[in-house]
Amino acid sequence: MSKQMMLEVTEVEPLTPLVTRFRFEHPEKAPLPIFSGGAHVVVEMPDGEMLRRNAYSLISDPNDASGYEIAVRREETGRGGSRYMHSEVTPGTRMRISVPTNLFALDPRARKHVLIAGGIGITPFLSHLRQLDLLQQPFELHYAARSRDEAAGLKLLPKSARIHVQISDEGNRMDLGEILTDQPIGTHVYVCGPEGLISAVLDAAARHGWPKGALHSEAFASPPPGKPFTVTLAKSGRTIEVSASQSLLEALEAAKVEIDWSCRGGACGRCETKVAACDGQIEHNDHWLSRDERAEQKKIMPCMSRFTGAALVLDL
Amino acid sequence: MPNTSFSPSIESRPTYAGLVPQGSAPSIMIADAEGAEAIMDLAERDAAVLDQAHLIYIPKGAKFGSKLAELGAKGYHEEASLDAAMALINRLLGSAHMGTQLYLAGSEGMMGRVSALALSLGLPLDAIQMEHRGSIGRPMQCVHCKGVTQDVTTDPFTCSHCGLTLFVRDHFSRRLGVFQAVCVDAETPGVVPEIQEITA
Amino acid sequence: MTLQFNDETFRGDYSYFNTEHAIKRLPFPFDRDEYVYSVNIEAHPGGPKGSPFEFRFDVDEHYVSEMKDRAITLDDDPLRCQSLPHMELAGWDLLEIIMVSKAEDYTDLFTLHRDGNRWHWINRPLGIEQRFTFLDPTTLPCGPMEYITRQTQGDFALLHERDGNLWMDAGMVTSQADWSLDFDIGMNFFEWHAPVPKAKQMGVFDKALKFLLAMQQGQSYRRLNWTMTVNPRLDTSPENYHKWGPEKRTITPENVGRKQHLRIELQSFWRLPRSNAIAFPIRCYLACLEDICTQPKWGRRLHRVLRDIDPTLAEYKGFAVNQDMIVNYLSQFDDGAPTSPGIFPDA
Repeated sequence: MSKQMMLEVTEVEPLTPLVTRFRFEHPEKAPLPIFSGGAHVVVEMPDGEMLRRNAYSLISDPNDASGYEIAVRREETGRGGSRYMHSEVTPGTRMRISVPTNLFALDPRARKHVLIAGGIGITPFLSHLRQLDLLQQPFELHYAARSRDEAAGLKLLPKSARIHVQISDEGNRMDLGEILTDQPIGTHVYVCGPEGLISAVLDAAARHGWPKGALHSEAFASPPPGKPFTVTLAKSGRTIEVSASQSLLEALEAAKVEIDWSCRGGACGRCETKVAACDGQIEHNDHWLSRDERAEQKKIMPCMSRFTGAALVLDL
Repeated sequence: MPNTSFSPSIESRPTYAGLVPQGSAPSIMIADAEGAEAIMDLAERDAAVLDQAHLIYIPKGAKFGSKLAELGAKGYHEEASLDAAMALINRLLGSAHMGTQLYLAGSEGMMGRVSALALSLGLPLDAIQMEHRGSIGRPMQCVHCKGVTQDVTTDPFTCSHCGLTLFVRDHFSRRLGVFQAVCVDAETPGVVPEIQEITA
Repeated sequence: MTLQFNDETFRGDYSYFNTEHAIKRLPFPFDRDEYVYSVNIEAHPGGPKGSPFEFRFDVDEHYVSEMKDRAITLDDDPLRCQSLPHMELAGWDLLEIIMVSKAEDYTDLFTLHRDGNRWHWINRPLGIEQRFTFLDPTTLPCGPMEYITRQTQGDFALLHERDGNLWMDAGMVTSQADWSLDFDIGMNFFEWHAPVPKAKQMGVFDKALKFLLAMQQGQSYRRLNWTMTVNPRLDTSPENYHKWGPEKRTITPENVGRKQHLRIELQSFWRLPRSNAIAFPIRCYLACLEDICTQPKWGRRLHRVLRDIDPTLAEYKGFAVNQDMIVNYLSQFDDGAPTSPGIFPDA
């Protein structure tokens, strides 16, 4: 569980029909903790009965303590967090924000950084660009979006010969083979965006003989909605209902079950929970558990994963 | 002799998984002494590994040079010593691209020094393949004078730089490519344990 | 109260001493009558007023002399302070956190004026006044980590986070318990702890690493560790082992109380904001057995701990050769009475 600050929304700016930028400042204009490129914050949304917590990459300058900015894409089929941000949050709204955490830092030893973003996955790179500028390190950024409506980055990116934009609706596609060929020794690749882009980059890199140690990815994951299910807690014997638009973690929190968490996107490992018994199938949506661990069904990441079947008993 | 199997040790002691062919990708292969046999085994499994390979060989008295030269690497370079080869290795590694495969085979001294250089150029550790062949002599750095004594096969041994009597540790620095050696009679000068051959 | 700084040495004539005040506030590392490995981490700062836990970076009566000793060690061997090229930003993070903390916690000793990136630092005990531009290394006489750790007691390691591990990529290490920064720099958490016996099998490092990786900005923690040193010597480096090693064999039943020191490490952990690195200060407190035994609880407890310790650990902590003499000496302070829980002396 992270330390939190109560901040005030000071700007709400639509960047495209789908993506909106929010700026948070301290109500008394106190300086906020500065952060490192690629960091995210967790935003708390008191959505009726439900307390939602969504993680968003910070897109503002890491060295600027005057405020934090995020960009949120409206997800019509999501659990409702992004709809809440788009419909309920206006300048003056006060929201609880966690201190920044970084699970997607650049490797500062790299001789060159190749950044590959898809859609809303551009967000962590916006703070990276500021840090790269400060450290004067070589980079190139490749940004792909389906349409200009999605391409919020267009308004936020500086003009630079090192930044390349491909809009697929306009017939432009990223040539991963070309990007990954002839990069100097010591180059690192970072990819953020939809699953499909991440696996395409990782596959192409493997084909071109890149070592895994030079590849970094952040899936832009928020918990998927799904069918309602029930879990039982082994220690207390309680049963908890998880609704269609709720994550298991959110349902546990709503039931006042203490559980550690950080990224809420299946990447950091903090909410890993032991499964005492499982009669059915865990839908593992995280990036933390290994393939073997998934198959065993002895662990679950409640922030992302769901369940279908007769009974799931957690060691809680 | 296959890849040497070392007895289990502390976490910092390197292990060598053995060479696995990565097809015809551009590559740099470096072998010393019996390491040549690991390269020949590699080529036997997939001859394509040599298509775009620079192969550097430091015989140290071994007789595999002509066989390696005949393998058909894009470039074959036989060098008198590792010191003599370093300029070439620096040039090849420094201008390499991501995706270039690095194969090292032979002594811990050579593999330690070349992998340290590759790491300093930014190649991740998982991009470096290594196979140990031949002498188990170790590169030992005297923690006192910082001089490195190559191919140490006894414990204790005499530092070739400062003359202190040193014992052999398994603690290894990837940055330096050497094991750590520490004065064996620091507390009781002159009281030195019997010299023993080190084992794998 | 303004601190009085001791004029003392940590080598040669070893004139180092603890005042009664310093003894009473020692961070005695044993909270029970036995020693077992544990992660034993707690939030830092936080502790009784006047204790070494009260402030973020404890400054005590040894400050000025310790900094002189560090300068001597660095003149002799500049490799004791190293920073891999990518760690400069972490160095600035460390400089900031120390300057800000000291200026807030010791207003009579340190002052920091900040106007944007134009900083003005005053260190009264060491007579230093420096105007510089934050994040511009050309405005300091040396790199930011070296600059601030030449003015701060304790060793420092800066750990870079990547690939789910922590890499010790920078440090200022002049008062270490027998490990070499020059050799270990660049190693990951498991590699640089590799020589520690038994702990791996016990899973201590897996747990510790997991904890450290989960640390967030604004959080800081501490733990206590210890070893034994003959003479109040800060520089017990492997580099100079052949120079200080013979001193280990000079212990006699007559001098053991004065010569044999308990070496306490107050380790703390800080997540740094700009670099996302973790700062790992290792602050060293030295106290001879006589000093320790002025506190009856500590005398009893130290006797029991050192008498019953696992022989492997006695060897690792470097006092096995003197263990009998040490335990014999301490036995006179152990009447068998029970000891109270916790580390603080009985009032």
